Formats: sequence, structure tokens, C-alpha cells
Amino acid sequence: MADALVYLYAVTDAGLPEPAVDAGVDGARVRRVVGHGLAAVVSSVDPVRFSEESLRRSLEDLQWLETTARAHHAVVDAAARSGPVAPVRFATVYLDDDRIRGLLAERGAEFGAALDRVRGRVEWGVKGFAVPSAAPGEPEPAPGAGPGASYLARRLAERNRAARGQEEALAAAEAVHRELAAVAAASRRYPAQDPRLTGRREEMVLNAAYLVADDEALRHVVEQHAAGTVRLELTGPWAPYSFATLEEP
Amino acid sequence: MTSGGLPVPGGRTRAADHRQESTNLADILERILDKGIVIAGDIRVNLLDIELLTIKIRLLVASVDKAREMGIDWWEHDPSLSSGQRDLAEENRMLRERIGALEAGRTAERDGGPREAEPVERSERDG
Repeated sequence: MADALVYLYAVTDAGLPEPAVDAGVDGARVRRVVGHGLAAVVSSVDPVRFSEESLRRSLEDLQWLETTARAHHAVVDAAARSGPVAPVRFATVYLDDDRIRGLLAERGAEFGAALDRVRGRVEWGVKGFAVPSAAPGEPEPAPGAGPGASYLARRLAERNRAARGQEEALAAAEAVHRELAAVAAASRRYPAQDPRLTGRREEMVLNAAYLVADDEALRHVVEQHAAGTVRLELTGPWAPYSFATLEEP
Repeated sequence: MTSGGLPVPGGRTRAADHRQESTNLADILERILDKGIVIAGDIRVNLLDIELLTIKIRLLVASVDKAREMGIDWWEHDPSLSSGQRDLAEENRMLRERIGALEAGRTAERDGGPREAEPVERSERDG
């Protein structure tokens, strides 16, 4: 039987305790591989289920993907609770612990720099939704206009209002993003999620992540815009997924 | 394409704002598939290969439960995306049986196969 493979979740400082999580992907125990002042957070995983072929197939299975994604996230999240963490992309798998130690040796300086960039900071997600414009006032019946013309005029007014609302919401989202970015150490934009994805009727006009030491300023900005044309939603704190990179941003 | 006879799991739960407690699957996927340090592991799985899937997910799935609630369950019927392929085959087999029976103008002969999913109505009729 082939030896177990090693699934890598994240890299942390060597001094951090084991992440407090019951199990990782595929129910595997979570452990650390320490070397070069760093610790790789890993699990030994089944060599068949995590082979290239199986993984490729599994990734197309939404049930598997959800379960495994949540398990991956739980480990990274637990690791992030005790110190800086550099999350590694989903489904990064090595042959054995030696290969992991090799990685830490080879790219230790870069991992160290990545950890320094996020040290003492967490990621917050902010999504902004266009607030539907207030209920339209009674349409003014144009004097003398027939019912057909009134109807068309009303439709036109509605469409104009919707288009204007959309433009205003996008402009407002830009302004909000600038304010949020100003109180953050770094920021990243994501594409807006489709309404079918969010399950909401309002259009998403802002989808961004902010790296902050303290969420107070961020919350303050969000609260200030509570009554604005963009409804803001805060998610987090996240491990710094959006800001973990081996290159200087 | 929800077939009529299938029970709706849990029914439609009142959607109080759970957003803070249970992390949205889309938010997680957005991060773990797109972000995080990219290093070539020994097992090469190019996540770009599954780009189509992630695009579909980005478009359609908030969370599996929520999507089901919204009636979005295409992956359960899409053999390339679902482990439920067998169910589909089984469903097809049963449908073919039903059609065959209807076309023959009589009810299907019981073939002793498992019928847990859908009891086939069978009128006892003398030929």
C-alpha cells in the first residue's frame, strides 16, 4: 500500500501551538511539520483519495468540495487564532514530510516575509448591496395623456430610476471602498457575486477584503454608511487569505 | 428539474440572518480556490482545470442548502459534477420502465428490483 500523502493547509511561525481543531480534510488529524523557524500545518491523507486523478474528479463533486473546503477553512481558521498564518491554496499536496521540510528550507525567507505582512492583522470582508430606490411616488398623470402614453411614461421613468440607482450605487461603492482602504493596511477587490449566488435581489456592488490590525475603524466606516445607497455587510474575521502571497504585493 | 415526488429536505426554513454564524460557502471558495499562497505541490492538480466548476459555483451557489432552497440543484442532475450519477441512472432506468409500461398500454411487470424511491402503482388486472 502506498504511503500517506501530506496535505498542506498553511505555514505559521514555529512557536505556534497545534491548531485547536478536531480534524482536517477527509477527517484526518492535523499536525505540524517544523523546520527553519516555521511550522507547516498539515494532515496525512489517503494516497488514493488525494491522488491527482481522484482529486481532479472530486473537485467536480460539489458535496465533496463543500465538505473539504469547510474542513480546510476550519484548520486555517484555527491556526489563525493563535498567530500569523500564511494560508496555502486549497488542494496543495506533498509526497511526505521531507518534501514539506524542503519547501520550508527553500522558501523560508519568503514565507517569513509573508507572515510578517499579516502579523497582528486579520482580514475582513465587506460586501455592498445596492439599496433599491425608495418606492416610487405616485406617477403624475400627464394631463390629457391617454392610458397607453401614461403607461409608457411610467415605464420609462421606472427604467431611468433603476439605471440611475445602479450608477449611484456603484459610485457610492467606490467611495466606500476608498474610505475602507484608507483605514486598512491593504485591500483587495473581488468580482461581485451574482444575485443568484448571494440569493438576494439587490445587486452586489462591492466585494472586497481588507487587512486590518483592529476592526474598529473599519466598523466605524461601515456604520457611517448604514443609511447610504449601499447596504454594507461585514464578514470576518478571516485568516488573511487575500493577503497571503509570496511576492511583495 | 426537481422531480415532483422527491421530498424537500427540511422544507423551507425561515431564513433568519445566519450569515454571521455559518460562513457562506461562496465566501470560503472565493478565498481558498482563488487566494492563498500558490505553490506547486507534488500532486499536481491545476485548479484552473476546474475553472468551469468554480465559475458555475460563483454564479449559482451561495451554500448548498440555500441553493436547494432556491431550487438550484443542477449539480445533482449534472453527471459530470455529481456523485449522484448513480441515482440519475437509477431514475432513468425507472423512467424508462414506466414509459415502456405506458406504451405497452399496461402496467409494468414487477421485476423484483429495488423500488425504495418510488412505489410503482400497479393495478391488478386480469388479461
